[in-house]
Amino acid sequence: MGDHHHGPAKGLSRWLFTTNHKDIGTMYLWFSFCMFILGGTFAMIIRAELFQPGMQLVDPEFFNQMTTLHGLVMVFGAIMPSFVGLANWMIPMMIGAPDMALPRMNNWSFWILPPTFLLLASTLFMEGGAPQAGWTFYAPLSTTYAGPSVTYFIFCIHVLGLSSIMGSINIIATVMNMRAPGMTYMKMPLFVWTWLITAFLLVAVMPVLAGAVTMMLMDVHFGTSFFSAAGGGDPVLFQHVFWFFGHPEVYIIILPAFGVVSQIIPAFSRKPLFGYDSMVYATASIAFLSFIVWAHHMYTVGMPVSGELFFMYATMLIAVPTGVKVFNWVSTMWRGALSFETPMLFSIGFLVLFTIGGFTGLMLSIAPADFQYHDSYFVVAHFHYVMVAGAVFSMTAAVYYWLPKWCGRMYNETMGKTHFWISFIGFNLTFFPQHFVGLAGMPRRIPDYALQFADFNMMSSIGAFIYGASQILWLYNIIATIVSGEKITREKVWDGAEGLEWTVPTPAPYHTFETPPKIDAAHAHS
Amino acid sequence: MIFKAKRLSKLALGPVLLLMSVFALAAGGEVSEVNMSPGVTEVGHKIYDLHMIILGISTVIGALVFGVMFYSIYYHRKSRGVTPATFHESTKVEIAWTIVPFFILLAMAVPATKTLLEIYDNDNAELDVIVTGYQWKWKYEYLNENGENVSFFSNLSTPQGEIDNTEAKGEYYLLEVDEPLVLPVDTKVRFLVTANDVIHSWWVPQLAVKRDAIPGFINEVWTKATKEGVYRGQCAELCGRNHGFMPIVVNVVSKEEYRDWLAVKQKEAAEIKELMAQTFTLDELMTRGEAVYNTNCLACHGAQGEGGVGAAIAGSAVATGDVGHHLDIGINGVPGTAMQAFGGQLNDVDMAAVITYQRNAFGNNMGDTIQPIDVYNHKKG
Ligand code: HEM
Ligand SMILES: [Cu+2]
Repeated sequence: MGDHHHGPAKGLSRWLFTTNHKDIGTMYLWFSFCMFILGGTFAMIIRAELFQPGMQLVDPEFFNQMTTLHGLVMVFGAIMPSFVGLANWMIPMMIGAPDMALPRMNNWSFWILPPTFLLLASTLFMEGGAPQAGWTFYAPLSTTYAGPSVTYFIFCIHVLGLSSIMGSINIIATVMNMRAPGMTYMKMPLFVWTWLITAFLLVAVMPVLAGAVTMMLMDVHFGTSFFSAAGGGDPVLFQHVFWFFGHPEVYIIILPAFGVVSQIIPAFSRKPLFGYDSMVYATASIAFLSFIVWAHHMYTVGMPVSGELFFMYATMLIAVPTGVKVFNWVSTMWRGALSFETPMLFSIGFLVLFTIGGFTGLMLSIAPADFQYHDSYFVVAHFHYVMVAGAVFSMTAAVYYWLPKWCGRMYNETMGKTHFWISFIGFNLTFFPQHFVGLAGMPRRIPDYALQFADFNMMSSIGAFIYGASQILWLYNIIATIVSGEKITREKVWDGAEGLEWTVPTPAPYHTFETPPKIDAAHAHS
Repeated sequence: MIFKAKRLSKLALGPVLLLMSVFALAAGGEVSEVNMSPGVTEVGHKIYDLHMIILGISTVIGALVFGVMFYSIYYHRKSRGVTPATFHESTKVEIAWTIVPFFILLAMAVPATKTLLEIYDNDNAELDVIVTGYQWKWKYEYLNENGENVSFFSNLSTPQGEIDNTEAKGEYYLLEVDEPLVLPVDTKVRFLVTANDVIHSWWVPQLAVKRDAIPGFINEVWTKATKEGVYRGQCAELCGRNHGFMPIVVNVVSKEEYRDWLAVKQKEAAEIKELMAQTFTLDELMTRGEAVYNTNCLACHGAQGEGGVGAAIAGSAVATGDVGHHLDIGINGVPGTAMQAFGGQLNDVDMAAVITYQRNAFGNNMGDTIQPIDVYNHKKG
């Protein structure tokens, strides 16, 4: 076993044909970073247009293409693949497996992504432009009233779904079959747990999204009327199907992020995670509840009052397990010995801002109040608190936390902390004022607005430029680390970190755990 | 308890009260720039109260959680030389922070349910108005048991120059219309909300109404304004290109004023009916047609008929060709393009006038007049 230490192949074929979980993880991470930059560019265009009242830079059609593509690229191109990349790198190393269970499929699920996004982005240059019905693409705006790009869009969604499903099946197969002896389920690091549950969510709901876009395809090209009342269909049906996917989707985005901070906070608190068992149960109950709350996105479509009440109660319930998680993280910090390296800063940033997003979520769950909040900037503020300060902050924390293990070099701590503070300030400057304009009545997805919203929008735009610019610092820090960071060889990069990934050499060799490790109590749940 | 809860809650109370009073102060005025406004309906006040309660609960819990966290960040720093504790679970605490929030939510669910049931009580309306969303304008239709039905379109009236930054923006930039909805005060008004093309959403924050306008379906929602005034809102569901440019203005007036206004409107409607049977001169049609063109066609076809989003009218094959085809496009639109079917939006007199105008303006010189009866006959097929 130990005698065939072959390294990676050379040149481009290494990346094209690789079945190595670390190579594939790396590709996922870089790809998602590119998408983060692309989606960020779209956001900058949006914020530049909204800097002042009046139409300055783009026309309303292009503005709608920007909001649509920004959402699609960030959700499907940046956040989801980044966590899949992290799963690829870390899950085998955390459970003591030599690789993912289905390495060839792993290669395939990555390589279908870049062409898909190329295709999606290319619709910008089509006649009629890119899709412009929002990332939620409600029918009939996205069907009967859409331009020719809708067909390309549908194809892209199908392929993305395929990729996600393959990725999830791989993760499920790996976690269920490839744990080192002694690594029982209740000893798995929380990141593995959250990903296992996420993978089940993905397998359950991606086909539903595929169903939605297939019905769109039929309506557009084959004369059916799934979403058209004139032919006996119902536009609201689209929303039910979309959100049956869409609500679990938001948890698909946030659960792995929960996993990440559940690794990092204990490490820098030098104290075990508080309430491991309850964390697992809370994650599972959130996943379950996420299937029965979808219509809280549709309080204003005119559901019967009984439906309205059901979805309101179920949504309010989600706050309970979410609260448990937050309380557990805070209790983990309580009476620890805290230090504030960059990963910890981003995790604390996550904790504070995600909690705020959870509170606004709770507010939105109150159906009568949602009649005023819905489709206003208040919702925009809510979901950026949970998705950017939640998912993206935790991803940022993860990169700083594991980068030294991946490449055997230490990033520049001062630059990392600077990145955190600029991001934190920029983020809040962008999104906090959006609560105000939303409550004061500014609808979302508009390219121009009334004068009373001007000040806060300008603030928001300035914040967005700051947040955007700070990501360049991050990119620079990453590259500088890989190229010329200070070399480190200690296995345990962080003194408080627990888990199997910290028992392999630094940098992590191309192949790890070819012989399964022995699991003792010390390595159980990080 | 592992937390020194008492001391912390005292610490937390200060900022909480401060924040809440900022919000409350801000909400004291008519329309706040930082908070939801209770508006001018009873339901709106209840919604506002729900909003403030849940915001208050969140703020208190947040202050406690963040208080504990920052205490920890400050006092449990490694740099202070602390040794970390090793505790990592407590079933009692876990149960406590599952049960307590549950009961807080239960307490919250009660008033929320009450308000929701009230919002859903659409019975006993004194006035019915059909609200129809169009790309990108609203149509209002008053249902009357006795007398003429009154209906009209309500378009954005902000000049294009203000949007393009060539003119100074007015006070109600993007929140002004050519013809507002007029409603009587202290009257339960039921809206029957629907749409003609894609989904829109009719939202007037001050009236505490937001309801999606869905093509092919009718949603019911009601309001009862207790104060006269002008209330402004916007379309809240992305509906295409000009989603940001289809505002709503509601003029709530005294019952007498409303009666007078309705009488005038009904008279106008009756007059239109009469006009339908008349024959007009070219001049009459041109004058009327110009006004119709400017509100309905100009945005896409240009002030000089030079085109834009839509085709040019000046010298176009349609406007200088067969009248039947020209009428057909005006009445039925061009499916799949921005050119809508105006047949249901303009009355036959206005349609006749605007078609005549297009054929005889911008250098077009067909010299023909199209009469309301021609439009009527064309519609009949
Ligand atoms: C305590 C937990 C949460 C609750 C109770 C909650 C509740 C809600 C509600 C009721 C809405 C609909 C608002 C409206 O459109 O009127 C909403 C929107 C949204 N939430 Fe949450 N939420 C929670 C957490 C999250 C998390 C963790 C995420 C994702 C990471 C998330 C992402 C979103 C997104 C993306 C939307 C808006 C989608 C759109 O219309 O474009 N939420 N949330
Ligand atoms: Cu949701």
